[in-house]
Amino acid sequence: MNEVIGLKGVTAGYRRDNPVIHDIDLTVPKDDFLAVIGPNGGGKTTLLKVILGLLVPWEGSVAVLGRPPEISRSEIGYVPQVIPDESFPITVMDVVLMGRLKNTGLIGRFTCKDRKTAEMNLERLDVRDLAGDEINSLSSGQKQRVLIARALAGNPQILLLDEPVASVDHNTQESFFNLLAELNSTITIVLVTHDVGAVSSHVKSIACINRNLISHDEELLSESVAKAYGCPFELISHGGIPHRVLEKDKKTVP
Amino acid sequence: MIDALGYTFMQHAVIASLLGSIACGIIGTLVTVNRMSSLAGSIAHASFGGLGLAYLMGFDPMIGATGFAAISAIGISAVSSEKRIRTDTAMAAMWATGMASGLIFIKISGTYSADLMSWLFGSLLAVSASDITYAAVLDIVILLVITGLYKEFLAVSFDQEFSMLQGVPTKFIRGIFLILTALTVVLLMKITGLIMVIAMLSIPAAIAEMYTGSLWKMMILASILAAVFNLTGLSLAWMLNLPPGAVIIIIAAFAYGLSLIVERIRSGVA
Repeated sequence: MNEVIGLKGVTAGYRRDNPVIHDIDLTVPKDDFLAVIGPNGGGKTTLLKVILGLLVPWEGSVAVLGRPPEISRSEIGYVPQVIPDESFPITVMDVVLMGRLKNTGLIGRFTCKDRKTAEMNLERLDVRDLAGDEINSLSSGQKQRVLIARALAGNPQILLLDEPVASVDHNTQESFFNLLAELNSTITIVLVTHDVGAVSSHVKSIACINRNLISHDEELLSESVAKAYGCPFELISHGGIPHRVLEKDKKTVP
Repeated sequence: MIDALGYTFMQHAVIASLLGSIACGIIGTLVTVNRMSSLAGSIAHASFGGLGLAYLMGFDPMIGATGFAAISAIGISAVSSEKRIRTDTAMAAMWATGMASGLIFIKISGTYSADLMSWLFGSLLAVSASDITYAAVLDIVILLVITGLYKEFLAVSFDQEFSMLQGVPTKFIRGIFLILTALTVVLLMKITGLIMVIAMLSIPAAIAEMYTGSLWKMMILASILAAVFNLTGLSLAWMLNLPPGAVIIIIAAFAYGLSLIVERIRSGVA
């Protein structure tokens, strides 16, 4: 099956007559790396909640892996936004083990396999040596990696990230996107962000959300368009909100 | 103080202090990390309505308090799951309504005010054998539930949304947590009185949070601290002829202030 996430005519919100997202169509094919860009209050989080089945849309249909999201959300690895300065007495290992909860029953204990999987994912995210540390002693970037490891611990088919770039400083942004690109070889990735400048060349497709959603298809992002502007980005304006869509060409950018 | 242990009421007080610390440390930790101390306060004050009703109708005040505590806990959780009403408003309303209805019931019943004072400010030296049974049974239930569902309690406290996505029955876990909190509040009312329950639930846990890095360690340390505060408070109160509940709270508050200073110095050095 090629379509991993499919939204058709989705309208959703919290208060009647005031939909946060309106009549949205979105198709995410397998192995896509989609960045959804939008201003704060534009409906990014609402879109994620709809995909996760936490919010039932008023209109339209949602399918994740061809089934309702409440059923297939166990196949989604969700990475929430990192909240800085949050104090909670929990170790990195215990946070990552949360990603294995769906594999263990109520009352049941985490098995050796659960711990192995957690460790493996910490290793994958390069934070294995922090396993015994308290989560609060970590930097935002490290916390982010731990939360990704937690999401991956459940062996998901889809990785959903909420504002992942906000907690990564500019110096490590490149390596962060390299990491996501690496994960993208086996997992479909969807991330939402308000930071237009942060979308990297590793991203395969881009959509913009501000109540409505507009997908920028391949053509618009193609090298020829970028070259026509003589610079590796272009300005797009739709719905009155101008924004940049970056097309970093490794050959033209020194 | 050692001589005092010859009295049955003092033995009861010591046993109740120790049993109370276990419930206090474990539930206090959960209340603290979930930032729900005002919820505990509102449950405590709501239960005053149950006390009043019990005096008026002539049944065991402990049953009245427990009933009202449980109902208010369930009521608040029902309201808080509906986002339209602000949880803190609901809690404030519950807090005041409990006190008001309790006061009216007690006025009508014509209860002697000393009984009332003992519920408001604690009656550690008047703990009965049935209170001790209540404490022991509650401790066993809490220990069984927390050891059995530890990973769920940890997950729901740390990240409720993620837990829900993992298939954890978050509402069920929250419900159990609120009921256990209500029962613990009633137990602690016997020791420090309903007015000071919040302090007993939050101070030992808050100090423990500064020195521990995981939830279960925090629970154990908070229980030990609560036991120390209870016993030193009880001894000091006996020697100085002061109300034990109040002395326990003063000692706990003093320890909290001290550990805040220690923490400040530590982080200043580091």
